[in-house]
Amino acid sequence: MTGRLATWALGLVVLAAIPAMPLGRAQEYIWHVIIQIFLWSFIGNAWSLMGRFGLVSLGHGAFLGVGAYGTVLLWNFFHVTPWLGVLASIALTVALALIVAYPCSRFQVVGHYFGLVTLAVGEVIRLLIVAERDWTGGSLGVSLATGAGASGLWTLQFADKRVFYYVGMAAWLFGLWVWWRVDRSMARAAMEAIGEDETAAASVGIHVTRFKMGITALSAGLTALGGTLLALYLAYANPDTLSGIGVSLRIVFAVVLGGMYVLLGPSVGTALTIALSEYLRIYFGIKLIGIAETIYGLALILFIIFLPAGIWGSLADAWRRRRAAPARTAPA
Amino acid sequence: MIDPIFLLEAVINGILLGGVLALLALGLNLIFGVIDIVWIAYVDLVALCMYAVYFLVTLYGWPLPLAGVASIGVGALLGLAVHQLIITPILASPPINQLLATGGLLFFVQSCATLLWSTDHRSVRVTLPTIEVGGIFISFTRLIAFALSILAMIGLYFFLTRTYTGTAIRAVSQDREAIALMGARPQRLYLVTSAVGGAMAGIAGALLIIQYAVHPYFGGAFGPLTFMVCVLGGLGNMVGAFFAAFIMAQIISVGGVLVSTEMGYVIAFVVFIVLMFVRPGGIFARRA
Repeated sequence: MTGRLATWALGLVVLAAIPAMPLGRAQEYIWHVIIQIFLWSFIGNAWSLMGRFGLVSLGHGAFLGVGAYGTVLLWNFFHVTPWLGVLASIALTVALALIVAYPCSRFQVVGHYFGLVTLAVGEVIRLLIVAERDWTGGSLGVSLATGAGASGLWTLQFADKRVFYYVGMAAWLFGLWVWWRVDRSMARAAMEAIGEDETAAASVGIHVTRFKMGITALSAGLTALGGTLLALYLAYANPDTLSGIGVSLRIVFAVVLGGMYVLLGPSVGTALTIALSEYLRIYFGIKLIGIAETIYGLALILFIIFLPAGIWGSLADAWRRRRAAPARTAPA
Repeated sequence: MIDPIFLLEAVINGILLGGVLALLALGLNLIFGVIDIVWIAYVDLVALCMYAVYFLVTLYGWPLPLAGVASIGVGALLGLAVHQLIITPILASPPINQLLATGGLLFFVQSCATLLWSTDHRSVRVTLPTIEVGGIFISFTRLIAFALSILAMIGLYFFLTRTYTGTAIRAVSQDREAIALMGARPQRLYLVTSAVGGAMAGIAGALLIIQYAVHPYFGGAFGPLTFMVCVLGGLGNMVGAFFAAFIMAQIISVGGVLVSTEMGYVIAFVVFIVLMFVRPGGIFARRA
């Protein structure tokens, strides 16, 4: 256990020290990539809170979109500081999630059907953003109207990328902490039972609807926070990058790649996908548009067939087995 | 106030769009009903068939009808390949893994198409006159496509009800354990189903390329709608999907004229979500 803590501490120190390292001319870019990895890992984590219990949502883009647009539009039109805007858009997102989740749970919309309903919700939000173009800028997206080079705590805009680096890292650690808490809670046992067999779970006294609503609200709220942070970091929101099927599937893909049943799975998956697409973008430039997604798609199929527990999930399994094997043979 | 003639035109366009959706839903529904797997990339396969027709006609100078027939073959081969390479290994996996694997296929097809053929919109131009009836304009191409898709549906209906293989396929969809006991091989029937479903995608591709331009994200435009049609009609229920297609198309078309194009889709999706709660087994399901 101490070895594990030491590894964690070392890893965190290294991550925290990256902004202080002399990385030459590419340093801004490296920070940018790592910030993206932090934020998308956070979002992937939030998704896996539901996904690991069989609530596979294909509409998390809806929550991202409401979170991001809520904050940006509140600032642009009413000059509500993002500090309050975040809270308002999280509340709005949770409300939306509950409005969808309650009937889903009551009428036992599960499996494929749950996936398709959430997919429709994601599309509804994307289309609404596009349709309300007077407010939202339509498919061109909307910028956070802070004026050029604005910087400050009030608008949460910082010219120095390093500030956001630590914001992103804090969010990521917060997401991991939430995941860990859920993993060790009573809710986990209850949700796993519900995932296996709802009727049986209800028969032993588990309040199915309450648990499902709780985990959905948590997942949606965190996703909205992630969307807001992304929009604040980029000072820009776009319906295609923050809402709709493409984004929703991308979140799912990164999580499945890393493994949704282990703490660091979503982070590993996200880091790999972002690193891969950045690498291909630098290496091929604009010559081969679509190559990254082609490889993703192929990898996703192969992973589902051959390694459904994901990269990190399978590694963790193998490691645990190796540690467990000598222990089993020792007491003779 | 909107001119009633526009409204009538919207209704007619809705009927024609309904034909398209019904055709798209047909093959997907067959696979859904028989193999019980959601091919989330089904409409992307249709897009591939559209590309096939496009290239056969523009690059190799094939006559359109011949290219259409070839497209049916391409579709059937694609269906077989998808089943053998992706579905067979995960037949026993949880449904959600199957959904995700075909989701991977969706990514793959869309981005591969971008990579190979760029994001250009491509269409086979068929210039046929527009018919005018009492001030309403109807595209003749769309009318022909509509008639042919109705024919294709009738053809599939007869295949399923009047042939030995078709009967066996319907039997699998009713009880996959019992069919093995009856001495039929489900694996082989799955293959046939996938091939027929793929061929339907080929037909749809050939009929769509003369109405719509194909681009890599074509599947994204029609895919979600096609699923919703299948689910609304009741998975595997062909007749239900047929009517659901026309209902959805009317909402989109009329809603599009009354409010705005996006809002037409928004209303259709919201109707879908609400109906899923009220009638989870599809609009024509009998309550147990």
